[in-house]
Formats: sequence, C-alpha cells, structure tokens
Amino acid sequence: MSFEEIKRQAASEWKAMQNSPIPRILIGTATCGMAAGAETIMEALNAELAKNNIKADIIQVGCIGLCYAEPLFEVIKPGKPGVFYGDLTPELVAEIIRDWLVGDNPRPDLALGTRGEGTLKGIPKLFELPVLKPQVRIVLRNCGNIDPTNIGHYIANGGYEGFIKALKMKPQEIIDEMKKSGLRGRGGAGFPTGMKWQFCHDAPGTVKYIVCNADEGDPGAFMDRAVMEGDPHAVLEGMLIGAYAIGASEGYVYIRAEYPLAIKRLVVALKQMEECGLLGDNILGSGFNFHIKIKEGAGAFVCGEETALMASIEGNRGMPRSRPPFPAQSGLWGKPTNINNVETWANVSAILQKSASWFASYGTEKSKGTKTFSLVGKVVRTGLIEVPMGITLREIIYGIGGGIPGGKKYKATQTGGPSGGCLPTSFLDSPVDYESLAAAGSIMGSGGMVVMDETTCMVDVARYFLNFTQSESCGKCVMCRLGTKQMLDILQDIVNGKGRPGDIELLLEVGDAIKNGSLCALGGTAPNPVQTTIRYFRDEYEAHINEKRCPALACRPLISYYIIPEKCQGCGICIRACTSEAIKGGKRMVHVIDQSKCAKCGTCLDVCPAKFSAVAISSGAPVKAPAEPVPVGGKA
Amino acid sequence: MKVAPAIEGARTATPGTDKAIDSQMNEILTHFKGEKGELIPILQQVQQRFGYLPEQAMKRIAEFVHVPPSTVFGIGTFYAQFKLVPTGRNIIKVCRGTGCYVRGAPKIITELENQLGIKDGDTTPDMEYSLETVACFGSCALAPVMVVNDKVHGRMTPEKAKKAIGKKSE
Ligand SMILES: Cc1cc2nc3c(=O)[nH]c(=O)nc-3n(C[C@H](O)[C@H](O)[C@H](O)COP(=O)(O)O)c2cc1C
Ligand code: SF4
Ligand code: SF4
Ligand code: FES
Ligand code: FES
Repeated sequence: MSFEEIKRQAASEWKAMQNSPIPRILIGTATCGMAAGAETIMEALNAELAKNNIKADIIQVGCIGLCYAEPLFEVIKPGKPGVFYGDLTPELVAEIIRDWLVGDNPRPDLALGTRGEGTLKGIPKLFELPVLKPQVRIVLRNCGNIDPTNIGHYIANGGYEGFIKALKMKPQEIIDEMKKSGLRGRGGAGFPTGMKWQFCHDAPGTVKYIVCNADEGDPGAFMDRAVMEGDPHAVLEGMLIGAYAIGASEGYVYIRAEYPLAIKRLVVALKQMEECGLLGDNILGSGFNFHIKIKEGAGAFVCGEETALMASIEGNRGMPRSRPPFPAQSGLWGKPTNINNVETWANVSAILQKSASWFASYGTEKSKGTKTFSLVGKVVRTGLIEVPMGITLREIIYGIGGGIPGGKKYKATQTGGPSGGCLPTSFLDSPVDYESLAAAGSIMGSGGMVVMDETTCMVDVARYFLNFTQSESCGKCVMCRLGTKQMLDILQDIVNGKGRPGDIELLLEVGDAIKNGSLCALGGTAPNPVQTTIRYFRDEYEAHINEKRCPALACRPLISYYIIPEKCQGCGICIRACTSEAIKGGKRMVHVIDQSKCAKCGTCLDVCPAKFSAVAISSGAPVKAPAEPVPVGGKA
Repeated sequence: MKVAPAIEGARTATPGTDKAIDSQMNEILTHFKGEKGELIPILQQVQQRFGYLPEQAMKRIAEFVHVPPSTVFGIGTFYAQFKLVPTGRNIIKVCRGTGCYVRGAPKIITELENQLGIKDGDTTPDMEYSLETVACFGSCALAPVMVVNDKVHGRMTPEKAKKAIGKKSE
C-alpha cells in the first residue's frame, strides 16, 4: 500500500468512528491514570454497560494532562459533544451510565467540561476552563485524543505528513526549516536544534546515528513519559525526519527502565511503522533506510548526559567524557551522532507538518514555541501542561494550577530539577523562557516544575537535591564526588541543628569550586539548588544556624509537637493514634506529649479534630505546655 | 513475621541451586549474540529472572560477551537497577522524587520501614519483601507514589501504604 492509500484508509476509519451510531468512551490509561485507579474504573464501566445492555466503544487513550482529576473519562454520545468526568469512582460510573447513556441527563453537577461541536446546558467547554485556556498543544497535540496503539489514528490527524514533506525536500532545506523555526533542545540546555543537525550533517562519514534521549531523570518530571505513552508516533516521526536530514540509517531510543508502559507503546508503534513501510529498508520506495532500536536504561541519572548515555548504549558504565569531540563529530562507536530529547523530536514532526513560521509564531524572541511542564507539588491542579514560552509563573501556578491548596502561602517554584533553582515570590510575574530563568539563577531544564508552600523548608530542599546529586555523581571528577559530599554534610548538620557560623559562606565557596572542577553538567550545576536558596532564602539558613529554628516547621530535629492546653478537649483521639506511646492524658484531661518519647511523626496533628486543632508545632523555643495532664478547662 | 498473603505480581521462581542457575542462564543467553553492546540487556534479563545478579551468572556473561569479569561486576555495581544480593519475592518501591518528597513521601517511607521492620535497601529475613526507594516513577502529579511489584499506587497515605503491602489496618 502506498502512503496515500494508508492515509485514505486511516481517514475513512477515523471518520467512521466519529460518526459511529454507538457511544464512545475515551479513558486515560497512561501510568498515572492507572496509579489513580483507571483499572477499577474500566471494570466498573464494562460491568455497567453490560448491566444496562449498552453497546459502546471503549478507547484507551493517553493523558489529557488533568492529572488532579484522574481517574477520568470522556463520554461521547452520537451527535453530542464529548463530556469529561473526573474523580471517578465505580459508583459515579454507574450514575453517569444510567443518567447520560440510558437517560438524557449529562449530569452537569459531575461533568468537568465538553469537547467538540455543540454545547450542553450547564456544562462549560473544557478548553475554556482556566486550567486549559492558556495552554497551546503542539507536543501534546494528540495526547488524550487518539489511541496510541493505533497508527491509523495518528495518520488520520496529520501524522507522517511532515515526513512525507521532508522526503520531497533536500536535507539542507529541512535543516534550514529547523533553524527558521527557532526550536531549541527541550532536554535542558536549550541548544538550537537546527544548528546541532547542521554539525552532524556536515560531519564526514557515511555511518551516522540518531538518538532519542528518553532517560527523563529529573525527579518530579514526566512530560516525556506522557508523550511516549500518549502519542509515540509524534516522537518517532521526528526521528525519521532527523535521520533523513542528517543522513543516518540507524537510531536508538534510550529510555529509562522505570517506564515500562512507554516502552511497550514504543515497541507497538515501531512494529506498526514497519507494517506501513515507514521504517526499515527503502522507506516508502524512497531509497532511504532507517532502523530504530530501543535501549533500556538501568537506573543512573548521569546516563541522561549525552556522552554517558552513549557509553551506556555501547555496554559500558555510563560515565561522561570530556567534549570536544562533540557527539556530532564522534559519538556512538566513534561515528557522528545526533542526540535530541523526546519533546524536541515531537516538536520536529509538528514543525514539518505545519511550518517553521507557524511554530515561531508562538513564544518569545529567543524562545520559540511551547514548553511542556509537569506541574506538581503544592498546587491545587497538578498536571501535565503545555504553554507558550513567555507565559508568567503566576499564570501557570494560579491560573492553570488554581493556586496553593489548603489556604497556604506560596513560597517558591523549583524548575530544572537537581540542576535548577528555586524561584521566590518576586519572580511570579517574570516570563518563563530560557533567558529569564537563567537570569534568576535557575534553568528551564526539561520541564519539572515543583511548587512549594510555606510548609516546605528551603534548606531541607537544598539538602534533598544535594543528596540526590551526591549519590548520582558518577565519581569521575574529584570535585563533583567529594565536593558534593562536603556540601551535603554541611547541609545535613544545618537541618539537624548543628549548623555553625560561616557555614553559608563555606557552602558558597565549595559550590563555586565544584562548578569549576566538574567535567559534566551534573557536577557543573549541582550547587544551583543550594546557591539559589541561599540567594533568595538566606534568612531560613540563618534561622537554622543561629537560632536552631526551622521557620517552615519542617525539619524534624528542630521541631517539637505539643498540645495547646487551652484547646485540648481531652477526646483521646491522639493517644490512640500515637504509635510511640508518647501521649499522656485521660478522660476530660488536657493531654500532654512526652518529648523524650515523641518520634515527631506528626500523626497526632493529623488526627486531632479540626474543630479543636489542639496540636501544634514549635521550633526554636521550649514548648508552652504543662508536664502532666491537667483537667480540661482548668488553668494550664 | 508470618509468610505474607500473596500480593499481585510476586516473583515465584527462586534462583535455586547452582545447577538451576546454569540451566536458566543457558536459556537466557540463547536470545543474544554475544556482543559487548548486549551486556546491559543481558544483565537486565538476569536481574529480572533471579531478582539479583548471582556471581556465577556474571562470570558466565563475562565469558559470553568476551570481557573480563571485572567489567561485568563494574557495570553491576554502577547501575542502581542491579542488585548483587538476593531480593525478596515482593519488591516494594517508594518514590523519593521531588514531587513526592514535598507531598509527604518521607512519611510513607517511615511507615513502610516500620511495618516491614527493615530499612530502605534491605530485604526481610524471610525473603518476602524488599524495600527500595526510587528517584521518580513519572506519576508525580499523583504524589506520593509507591510501586508494589509492578503495580503503581498513587496519592498514598501511611494507612494506604500499609494496605498496599497486604497488611491489615488496625
Ligand atoms: C546529568 C545530566 C542529565 C541529563 N538528563 C537528561 C535527560 O534525562 N533527558 C534529556 O533529554 N536530556 C538530559 N540531559 C541533557 C543531554 O545531555 C542533552 O543535552 C540532551 O539530550 C540534548 O537534547 P536536546 O538538544 O534535544 O535538548 C542531561 C544532562 C546532564 C548533564
Ligand atoms: S561532573 Fe560528576 S557526574 Fe559529571 S563526569 Fe564529573 S564526577 Fe561524573
Ligand atoms: S508526633 Fe507522633 S510520636 Fe509524637 S506525640 Fe504525635 S503521634 Fe506521638
Ligand atoms: S494523568 Fe497522565 S500525565 Fe497526568
Ligand atoms: S516525584 Fe514521585 S513519581 Fe515523580
């Protein structure tokens, strides 16, 4: 079959599905949907459909990104717009089937929003909601919309058109198009993609390689996983285009082993490409050959670094080496190699399908297009988002994210993972692009965005990241290996209440030395989380060191739990919950915590009824509570 | 501790005798050609089959891909996925990534350590459970996250964590 025929068939099948006389239910079954309980919902759905004798197509899709509302599905009744329902339980599934599929009530009280033509009374349009309105979907164009295991769905939505166009262009024309688009690498450093391709294209040699970096090592980030699970062909088509432009006939996807579902989806997608003649020898009769292999990582953060990654593919310990030579000159097995991130590749296919100028119409002068972020941490609507470059942090956190839960105060946003930094309140109105984030001392990174509130201790966060980089250092460079250890020891002392005057200066000094003495960016950026938190939250460091006080009331060694005598009603709930037997009390007695027995687990604070709110935390001062239980209402 | 109730996905095969390891190794190696680039994929298969890398297996692999045993050991110790000592039938992994950390992962880890009576990285003496912490599962929006064998559990609380490993709540 020629591609034209494949396309025609895919289009007619897609159309038939859209016009199908039976209802369709699209359910998100990516890893995160599963973690939220999508499996139980599927079972309930099948049972309810059978019970009510309804025939419906159930289509498993990737993520639409509304993770906070998972498990989630979209119910499409013939001739009606699709209706999204979130926070599903088996009971809600039964109600929705009964009222909307059997009956005629779309349950506006349960619906999140509608998608597609037409409106339903009392239900907003999904893409008009604050969570989606500011978003622009280029990378995530098909996620949550198509069945990722069906190449026909991808093709019917414009898939592989970009590659067909590329086949009719000269390699240099494709590279020029990439340069014109202004696309910069989404793996962290933001290097211009067109320029990178040019280097590899120009490198002498007939054997060249293409690599897709799907190691996604930044803890707290899952954009790449979501794309591979929800729309694997978008990434693979990008690789095909890149290979053709550069002149490579072999490609690798290096993917972390922690992503079993994404691996499964890629395997299926590769097989379908072959069946359609889009992969292998003489692709679509063009004489162009390309093969893709999947390589699973084995759990080392440093393997996301390009030279370490290539060492790992070759079967060695994943240790970075010095550059030059750059991979474009000497990469895998000494051959010119071009390596790009998952999201970069997914942008490539979109750019060729639409155009460079279309892509460049989004974003800012130096940061074109969109960026995906995984918005997590202390934010109401956690999720996978895609926004035009240049949007402000405030629009992301308060607009899309809906602000901070529990009425708490915003403190900082961490971008760039272990290589990045923490941005305080004063940056809420700064644009999110490569330059602004770098100016603030952080980096764009791959897209992890962790929101922190007043209960997050910034010294502890710095310690957390140092602990991460210290244990992930490959050990090659002395400064990275031992310097991070020293910084970690100092930070450990500070959060344990053993900080000394001069520690802050020492941290800054060691940090600079690590930056200068490290071969790769793991060491080169490891001090960033510490240095930015010192820059913006120096007062928190000083409180820990000078007053042995944790202002966020988070560092266990520096806090004490106590029961406020005026508030305790002697209900005894905390006594039963405390596994350390640290609470003394009795009926109608004000309870007290024995500090010598308390493990500081915080359970008593969690279980004390909200109407009493009698358990509190203090730091830096002795607790104000009696030593032994006293009658409720009496004087403390 | 009594033998725990079966949890979905528990590993059933035990490595067994040296001879059993050898015959299973034969089987695994038939899927490979003996090239250096296959070293990590082979080790991954072995890890999956036995739950760790038996010394004897590593020596076999070294011969198979024509590298000194020290190279194989070097790789076995470098990557976090590989274990050099036997692990339990049930692998409990808890995320310690940033998204989970700020949403209470330390409490989940402490609860599991208390429930199982072991520390992060250890295995219960009856070889039922191993407890590990992992950098991130990519389900951060559902933090805190844990994985029991291969099943991902999101929005954990200490109480839910206890249930997920098959312990009854009091
Ligand atoms: C320690 C370290 C870890 C990295 N991890 C990743 C990663 O997980 N994914 C990724 O795409 N790039 C990662 N990078 C960046 C890569 O080295 C490389 O710059 C990137 O894959 C290039 O692709 P791009 O130009 O499309 O961004 C990492 C770099 C360092 C120094
Ligand atoms: S900077 Fe650190 S991780 Fe990078 S090569 Fe040196 S020791 Fe290894
Ligand atoms: S913090 Fe934990 S150990 Fe301490 S009194 Fe409260 S419940 Fe008991
Ligand atoms: S629900 Fe899958 S990315 Fe969020
Ligand atoms: S931070 Fe825990 S799953 Fe990502």
